[in-house]
Amino acid sequence: MERPRTLGPIGIAWFCLTLAVIVYATRMALVVAPTDALQGNVFRILYYHVPHSMLSLIFPYVNLVGSLGFLYWRRRDPLKALAADAVAISAAEVTVVYASICLLTGMLWGKVEWGIWWTWDWRLTSMLVLWLLYVSYLMLRRLSSTGQTQTLAAVLSIFAGIDVPIVYMSIRWWRTQHPSPIFFSGDPDSKLDRTMLPAFLWNLAAWAMWGVFLLTLRYLLERRRQDNEQNAALKAIEDSLELTR
Amino acid sequence: MNWQISYLGHVWSHLRKDLQLEWRSRDSINGMLFFALLVVVVFSLAFDPTAAMSREIAGGILWVALLFASITALNQAWTREQRNRVLEAQRMAPSPASALFLGKALANFLFVALVEVVLAPLFIVFYNLHALGQGWLLWVVMPLGTWALVCNGTFFAALGLRTRNRELLLPLILFPVSIPALLGMMEATTAILTGEFEPGQWIQLLIAYNIAFTTVCLLLFETALSAE
Repeated sequence: MERPRTLGPIGIAWFCLTLAVIVYATRMALVVAPTDALQGNVFRILYYHVPHSMLSLIFPYVNLVGSLGFLYWRRRDPLKALAADAVAISAAEVTVVYASICLLTGMLWGKVEWGIWWTWDWRLTSMLVLWLLYVSYLMLRRLSSTGQTQTLAAVLSIFAGIDVPIVYMSIRWWRTQHPSPIFFSGDPDSKLDRTMLPAFLWNLAAWAMWGVFLLTLRYLLERRRQDNEQNAALKAIEDSLELTR
Repeated sequence: MNWQISYLGHVWSHLRKDLQLEWRSRDSINGMLFFALLVVVVFSLAFDPTAAMSREIAGGILWVALLFASITALNQAWTREQRNRVLEAQRMAPSPASALFLGKALANFLFVALVEVVLAPLFIVFYNLHALGQGWLLWVVMPLGTWALVCNGTFFAALGLRTRNRELLLPLILFPVSIPALLGMMEATTAILTGEFEPGQWIQLLIAYNIAFTTVCLLLFETALSAE
C-alpha cells in the first residue's frame, strides 16, 4: 500500500529518451525522407498515420490480456486482479487515443488525395468500429456502479476482442478503396521505397515508445486512484468502529 | 447423459416461466410490435420509396426497426427477475447460471420472432415488396439474424442490470459489438430482395457470429451475473 506510484528514475529516463526519438523521427519524416514521386509532401503524414494505425491494433490485445488476467485473479488474488484491471483500462484509453489520431490524420490525407474527408472503405470503417467498441467499453466503465465495474468491463473486453477479427472479415467483404497496405501486401506497386524505410521505422519506434509511456503513466494514475479508494474505504470502516465503541 | 437432461430441464423451466409471464401481461410483445410498426411507418414517410428503391433499402429498414424494437423489450427482460429479489434467488440456486441465460434468450428470441411474423406482411404491403432472389432463404436469414441480436442483447441487458442509466447503456454497448451481425443480416436480406448478388457468404458470417458469441455468452454468463 505504501509503495510510491511515481515514475521513478527509469520512467523519467524513458520519457527523455522517447522525446529524443520523437524529435529525431519527426526530423527524418519531414526533412530527411525523400518526397514521394506521386503524392508529393502530403505523403509525409503517413509516417505519422501508419505507426498510429498499427499500434492501435496492438493496444486492444493489451486490454484483452489485462481483462483475462483480471477475470483469472478476481477470486484467487484480488490485489493482482486490481493491477490487471489497471492495465486493461490504460490500454483501452490509449487505444482510443491512437485510433482517434489514426482516423483524424487519415481524414486529412484523404481530403488532399481523394478529395473527400471520409469514405466507407473497409479499412476506414473497421478502424471506426474499433474506435466505437473501445469508446463503448469506456462508457460502460463510466456508467456502471462501483464494485462491479471491473468485472463487467472485463467481460465486455472479451466480447470486443472476439468482435475485432469478425469486423475485419465482414467489412473487408463489404468495401475496398484504401490503398493496399505497404507491408505484407504482395503488391509490387505499393511497396515502400527503401529510402523511406528508416524514417518509417524511426517513427514506428517513437510512437510505440510514446504509447508505452502513456500506458505506464495512466497505469500508475489508476493504481493511485485504487489506493485512494481503498484507503477511503478503510478509513470509513475505522471511523464506524470508533463510533460504536 | 443425465446432466444433459437436467440442464435442458432447467432451460425449459426458465423458458416456460418467461413465456407464461409474457402470456399473462403481453407487455413486451405489444410494445415491440407497436414500436416496430411506428419505425416502419416513419421510414416509409421519410423515404417515400418506389418499388425498385424500396427493395434496396427494405433490408436495412427492417433490421433497424427490429433492432430498436428488441432494445425496448430487452431492457425489460431482466426487470421481472429483479422484482421481489428473484434474481438473488436465481444466483443462489444450484442450477447452472447459463441455463437461466439460455431460457431467457430463447424466450426473447420467440418474442422477437413473433413480432417478425406479424410485421412481415405489413412490411410487404407498405413497401410493395416481392423478393427477386431466393425468397425461401429469408427463412434462414431471419432466425439467424434475430438470434444474433437477441443472444448478445440478453447478455448485455444482464450486464447493465445494476448500473446507472440501464436503458441508455444497453444500446451503447450492444450496437458496436453487433455491427458485423447487422451488416450480415442487412446485406443478406438485400441480396435476397434484389437478387443482384449471392447472400451465401453473409449467411456464413451470421452463422460464425452466432456460434462464436453464443459460446462466449454461455461461458461468461455466470461471471457477469455474480459480478460484485
